[in-house]
Amino acid sequence: MSAVTTPARQASGGVSVKTLNRIVIYGLLALFALFYLMPLFVMLVTSFKTMDEIQNGNMLALPKAPTFDPWLKAWGETCVGLTCAGIKGYFWNSIKMVVPAVLISTMLGALNGYVLTKWRFRGATLVFGLMLFACFIPFQSVLLPMATILGSLGRFGVTLQNSVGTSFGLGNPTVNLVFVHVVYGIGFTTLFFRNYYEAFPTELVKAAQVDGASFFQIFRRIMLPNSMPIFVVTVIYQFTNIWNDFLFASAYAGTGDAMPMTVALNNVVNTSTGVVEYNVNMAAAMIAALPTLLVYVLAGRYFVRGLMAGAVKG
Amino acid sequence: MAFLEIDGLRKRFGQVEILKGIDVELEKGGFLVLVGPSGCGKSTLLNTIAGLETITSGEIRVDGRTINDLHPSKRDIAMVFQSYALYPNMTVAGNISFGMEMRGVPAAERQKAIDKVAKVLQIGHLLQRKPSQLSGGQRQRVAMGRALVRDPKLFLFDEPLSNLDAKLRVDMRIEIKRLHATTGTTIVYVTHDQIEAMTLATKIAVMRDGEVQQFGTPAEIYNNPSNLFVADFMGSPAMNLIPATIGTNGNALSVVLQREAREPINLPMANAPAGLSAFQGKPIIFGVRPEALTDPEGAERNASNIATADCHIEVVEPAGSDTFAVTNLGGKGVVARLRADANIQPGSNTPLAFNLTKAVFFDPATETRIR
Repeated sequence: MSAVTTPARQASGGVSVKTLNRIVIYGLLALFALFYLMPLFVMLVTSFKTMDEIQNGNMLALPKAPTFDPWLKAWGETCVGLTCAGIKGYFWNSIKMVVPAVLISTMLGALNGYVLTKWRFRGATLVFGLMLFACFIPFQSVLLPMATILGSLGRFGVTLQNSVGTSFGLGNPTVNLVFVHVVYGIGFTTLFFRNYYEAFPTELVKAAQVDGASFFQIFRRIMLPNSMPIFVVTVIYQFTNIWNDFLFASAYAGTGDAMPMTVALNNVVNTSTGVVEYNVNMAAAMIAALPTLLVYVLAGRYFVRGLMAGAVKG
Repeated sequence: MAFLEIDGLRKRFGQVEILKGIDVELEKGGFLVLVGPSGCGKSTLLNTIAGLETITSGEIRVDGRTINDLHPSKRDIAMVFQSYALYPNMTVAGNISFGMEMRGVPAAERQKAIDKVAKVLQIGHLLQRKPSQLSGGQRQRVAMGRALVRDPKLFLFDEPLSNLDAKLRVDMRIEIKRLHATTGTTIVYVTHDQIEAMTLATKIAVMRDGEVQQFGTPAEIYNNPSNLFVADFMGSPAMNLIPATIGTNGNALSVVLQREAREPINLPMANAPAGLSAFQGKPIIFGVRPEALTDPEGAERNASNIATADCHIEVVEPAGSDTFAVTNLGGKGVVARLRADANIQPGSNTPLAFNLTKAVFFDPATETRIR
């Protein structure tokens, strides 16, 4: 059909209309891209400028004498609240919180998805429905109940400390945040893995059962090695969300040594003493944004890999 | 005592009964084919033998041992799945030896077993490849290798050839048959393809709606179908099932077939089954396979009861090895199988020979065979 209609359309002068459509579409796309990238561009150029240049120059202009000083200052010297040791400590705080939270929530989501699709039990659909529901509970509404729970856990930690000699991390703000993010993330990670495993050939699980593999052996040897694409998607999603979280971080670790990056960045910018060092603020913001970008760049290539090829059918 | 015995097997999903009392048995070294249309319960039956589905009641015994409640890995069975179910993250060798690895067989012993199976199936050069690098036929072989390496009491095949193209399917069918002949294993095989069933089986169980319609050797099933469903399902092209009535021709009974715009055909029955006399003047279904309805020169010389009648040929289909002619009897298209070089024209009236020794009759009300 198309072979017949295409020349006919060209003959009636459709070429110019088509070109015009293209110009409009790409023009709009370019405009939106520009809007979207503008703040990033301003951040980037500002972070390489000196304060003099910022105060006297154009916001969009490229730095005349690019300098790394604002980055170094943001990393090691700038004041967060009253301590002036840069944001590096808080950066590591975030890493210490994000890595376990992402890994634990992803593994639990994978296990949930495996059970909900390959070991279906009575009421599995209801359980999954309730977990989905958890995805749509607004963060704000769990702030206070969660604070109460964390308080109880903290007191339990003190009791343990007194009787056994170790609190097992209960009451530690970093552990608290990991706990909160794991609980809150399970809904999403389960959703991701359940939908992925729903399409995962059940015959592989049956074959492994006949081969004598146990529940966890099947999970570890068959399911996980074939889950790379969804694993990467989940890790990127969880990493971005947890790294960027400000609400839980400020509520449960808003002061003190365990403060994560996002809260620290806020405190840097909100410092009321002296001149506002825009270049340092921008550099700190860039540092705060880098890990999520890095995770995407490193893991993104697995997005497109079709690892299931060859599992079934001819 | 048979090697595989299934007694009164029932399987229920909630209110729905999937298997309604299956009784089947198979001798050691036998090849049982479960055949039937989709949804007849044949795959469920295979899964219950494998232990991948629980059963509601009944008993499954292999070599005298009841295996009802054993875990699949403890039943001494191996299964080849429809989709092959090769683990995509492992090499061919890893796939074949996974079961042994799970049972804690030492690596050296595993390697020996892999090499042996690879030799039998001629997949030695593929051992280090991943399943995604194999063709359909090669994957099929690896799947069979994974089953063979266990040296189980019972092999289960779940429609193993349905994903292959037509030519490869025939090759693999022969290969499976050869494998069965050389290794002497006991096999249960599920298929919806009645040609696979006929060619491979030593015993066939034709299933419909969770019940075994007929259980017997391929020849029994083909020549002596116990009801209308089995007659219709087995054979390609299918058996002609023509609505007819029973009349008389002198002292003998006869089969009366209606024709369009002409007087009915009256075929005298020399040795009608005893039950048929009760149907005098009543409608019956007259079953005759295409090869029993042929040109008079091509008819079986030593058949005792051949009747010839003029038929109006509507369509002629030369198929190379045979020529199929379609005529209309009793309001239905009826296929006759003629010699390849039979001189026959569509639209002509040609005498066709009915081999009535091979004919079967069914009661249209109960769909059972009239014997």
